Amino acid sequence: MSKERIKISEDLYDIMPSDYQDLVKSATYGKEDRGWKDIGNSKELIEQHSLCAGCPESMAFRYILASLPNPEDTVMVGSTGCTSLVFPMVAVHNIHSLFGNQNAIASGLKRALSVRFPGRTKDVVVLAGDGATVDIGLDMTLQAWFRQEKFTTICFDNELYANTGGQESGLMQKGFVAKMAPVGKLFDKVRLPEIARESGCHYVISCTVSKPSLVEKVVRNAVMIAREIGPTYLQLYTPCILEIGKNSMEGLQEMRDSEKPTERFAYKEYISEPAKELLAEVAAKDKEKKAAAKQLAAQGA
Amino acid sequence: MADTHSVIGTKNKKGQTFTDTWEMMNNAPRTPSFYTGSEVIKEALRRASCDVMIAYPITPQSEAAALIGELFAEGYIGDYFRGESEFAVMSQCAGAAFGGARVFTTTAGPGTMRAMENFPMWAGARLPIQMIVTCRGINSPLSIQPDTLEIAYLLNTGMLVWHAETAQDFFDWILKGYMVSEEPDVHLPLALCCDGFFVTHTKDVVNLTPADMCLPPYDPYRSPVPCMDMECPPVRMMRDPFVMKSNYISYATHASWQQEVWAAVERSRKHTIKWINGLIETENTDTEVLIVSSGTAVSQGREAIRLLEDEGIRCGLVKIKSLRPWPGEEIREATKNAKHIIVPEFNVTGWLAKEIKATIPNSERVNAGPHVCGGMTMPPEIIVSEIKNLLGMRTMSLAGRGS
Repeated sequence: MSKERIKISEDLYDIMPSDYQDLVKSATYGKEDRGWKDIGNSKELIEQHSLCAGCPESMAFRYILASLPNPEDTVMVGSTGCTSLVFPMVAVHNIHSLFGNQNAIASGLKRALSVRFPGRTKDVVVLAGDGATVDIGLDMTLQAWFRQEKFTTICFDNELYANTGGQESGLMQKGFVAKMAPVGKLFDKVRLPEIARESGCHYVISCTVSKPSLVEKVVRNAVMIAREIGPTYLQLYTPCILEIGKNSMEGLQEMRDSEKPTERFAYKEYISEPAKELLAEVAAKDKEKKAAAKQLAAQGA
Repeated sequence: MADTHSVIGTKNKKGQTFTDTWEMMNNAPRTPSFYTGSEVIKEALRRASCDVMIAYPITPQSEAAALIGELFAEGYIGDYFRGESEFAVMSQCAGAAFGGARVFTTTAGPGTMRAMENFPMWAGARLPIQMIVTCRGINSPLSIQPDTLEIAYLLNTGMLVWHAETAQDFFDWILKGYMVSEEPDVHLPLALCCDGFFVTHTKDVVNLTPADMCLPPYDPYRSPVPCMDMECPPVRMMRDPFVMKSNYISYATHASWQQEVWAAVERSRKHTIKWINGLIETENTDTEVLIVSSGTAVSQGREAIRLLEDEGIRCGLVKIKSLRPWPGEEIREATKNAKHIIVPEFNVTGWLAKEIKATIPNSERVNAGPHVCGGMTMPPEIIVSEIKNLLGMRTMSLAGRGS
């Protein structure tokens, strides 16, 4: 848990790009309590992005990268779409190969890392859009869950194909008029969170990314449960403001409107029994640690 | 950075000794064994220090894929599982190779076609995966029988493509294939093809290397691109993703990478020549009549040559072992004396004849055929008949040829 692997030889320091120097100086690799509050105080693991101004996906990306519990030993797998515009500028190893095969790539990757690094933690996190997760890649999404592959699947649900210009997707709401749905989508939004639960996921969350602290919590939980128990799934609403006719500054409000108790992105969670036990253990340990720190501080004073 | 040489002479967890591959393949004692092609694949894998094998059932490779599962159960393979389709399997193989594993898989016919999107990705990502292709029919109506049409589709993927004639080729080339694929100046996937059933389901005597010797492990840090394991610095790969840019730099980047993949195929030539003793094998190339082919069509050519000898007709032979890299220079040299070049093939389109025609001067010398397809066998007599026709000699009419 350190920056050992990214440090720069002294002789070469001055010719390295400044963003790499920043990464060594002030990124949060190895920081145990890293989270969204580090944003602004430290070098983020995302350099720049070429997403639209105000895109909620860019916020989600920042929160997720700030919250990964073990970024120095995390490999991410993406797919084709808006996310693939961001990944080349992310400071954890990441793979883009084809459209929709992200959970198959992650299955092979996780197994290879387990064979090569026995006894070490190497987390694998998939991050892909709803077209990749639910439409073209559904088979591989589900099969990885059936096989109990130990990685986290995160779906950026923007309810359409954004990068190709706003076509109908399986996670689109019924009735929405879009390209390739000229008279409105004829069937319901696919209920992937429920399918995820039935397919063997141990931690399933459906929410928006309006609250960074919530994103931090669910990302940490999902990665830890995937590491120890089995597959986990996060479905995060990251509306495509461009395609639903909103302005740059309206993304946050759109998410807040959509997460009201009666709306389709009201917070929902499913946690399996073994996952509940793990989370309880982690919470107990955290409590112990805090108590010990408090005691230490009291002694010091 | 791991140093593979340091492990030579040490033992793996199964008690096999990591052995210098050249020594193991060329100087170690060989034991003649009577095995099916599928069993030979298993025996090669036992010695391959393979990290991950991913399987999926499709005739005629199912048996080999299942036998490797037994090797996994015995502890010879790092991990093994059944994927959900060939498209998924080839992506799972990619994931494992991205993660620095030595990867093996097998497929056939419609499976090769279903997985096709993965192959240029493998080559572009420089993943040295080895895939056995036990060729079978791909057309409708459904056929599980031998047919080599799928090889034509693999030729432009950027993969190395070899075509084995016998089970012995298979055994040796699986092990040697990794040595070529994993060279830093190559680092490309290999499609090791054979004709389904003819090679997989027949028994043959194969000379095996000692079972207590195995290849040195794969060293992913000899790759020309970073291994995705977070063991080396995660610098961002590019300032702007090229995929969406419509500008010259973007095009030039993509173009130069494609050129680099094919340059790597070219660079594999010297390693391939070293390991499999030339891209082609020749016999009697001073003759006017020459059979040039690959796979089991070569074996049928050998039989035809024997039959022709009985009638006093001399005929030479060229066995093409590697299709990518393509042995253009070798074929030009081997065919320079030939007036008639006969290219027997187990497919309907004659892709090999087209490749040869595009390679040699005076391509009218190439006789595309005989062709059989859809699982038909190729009796040597039809090759003999084709040659006699070319020479203006009378031949028996062969039943079922419509002539």
